[in-house]
Amino acid sequence: MNLLRGLALLLLLQAAGESLTHAFDLPLPGPVIGLVLLLAALRLQLVRDLVVDAAEGLLAHLSLLFVPVGVGVITHLDVVSAYGLRLLAVVVLSTWIGMAVTALVLARLLRGAAPTEGEARDG
Amino acid sequence: MAEFVELWVYLSSTPLFGLSATLAVYVLVHAVYDRLGRPPWANPVLWSVVALAALLLATRTPYPTYFAGAQFVHVLLGPAVVALAWPLWLRRAAAAGSAVALGWALGLPPEVLRSLAPKSVTAPVAMGIAERIGGVPALAAVMAVLTGMVGALSAKYLFDRLGVGAWAVRGFALGTASHGIGAARALQVDPDAGAYAGIALGLQVLLASLLMPLVARWIAG
Repeated sequence: MNLLRGLALLLLLQAAGESLTHAFDLPLPGPVIGLVLLLAALRLQLVRDLVVDAAEGLLAHLSLLFVPVGVGVITHLDVVSAYGLRLLAVVVLSTWIGMAVTALVLARLLRGAAPTEGEARDG
Repeated sequence: MAEFVELWVYLSSTPLFGLSATLAVYVLVHAVYDRLGRPPWANPVLWSVVALAALLLATRTPYPTYFAGAQFVHVLLGPAVVALAWPLWLRRAAAAGSAVALGWALGLPPEVLRSLAPKSVTAPVAMGIAERIGGVPALAAVMAVLTGMVGALSAKYLFDRLGVGAWAVRGFALGTASHGIGAARALQVDPDAGAYAGIALGLQVLLASLLMPLVARWIAG
């Protein structure tokens, strides 16, 4: 039951976010506004108890939620066959650059802030 | 045989087909992933997409027919994005510190900034942003999923090569560059990496949504 209550709250917050985005023509997608609203509401113990099961449940199966959109690739097979290699190169390279830059910058920042923090086992 | 074909035609035209195919394939693929010890190359999103795409093409099922059922899974992405507030809240002290690091990363030279285009944001948000900056939402979503898979598949090797060992850093970078799919992978590997990937994902969704329209205007202009 708590799962359903939490899911209802998450959906309501998303709906509130969508409404705000449309009403004020904000540059943020609705769910992101919902995220901010929930973040503010999490100060209340009541909200934390309400949302914990649904939030952890949804995030535990996050991978599954991307499958339907991913299968949508079959509707863009023409684009894929025309620019496939170039698209793949852009995606692979920019993802690597993004990961490498973030990891190196953050590692350096953490080393500067607290010498031992986060230096976990290797692997 | 004719009866079977008739039954198949009936079932494949109801929403039941898309929903049950998605769940069944995912559960199956995930069991194999677990069995193999969760290696990056056995990523459940990648192989679920490959298997379902092959199934649709082989049976000549149009994507809208499939999506009529799969949308019930897809719809949950919205509340899942809202739910990202939870890991952010749990590690709010760390999140505040990371915001500085991420802001710094985002303030880098044009080439790097451009490479952080909407494809690096989690799929539902990427669709919203693409719509705003004049892209194709569906294609942006596919690119976002592809980006997530590239990150989830290669992160281990890239970080090992770079000598980045800290789980917090590995998770954060994976969540930043390959969003939900990267975060899902990080969660499966290490709880620390997963938590930091969640933080990165939440922060990055916020920042990208705010900055991307500006960046896009500047790339186009």
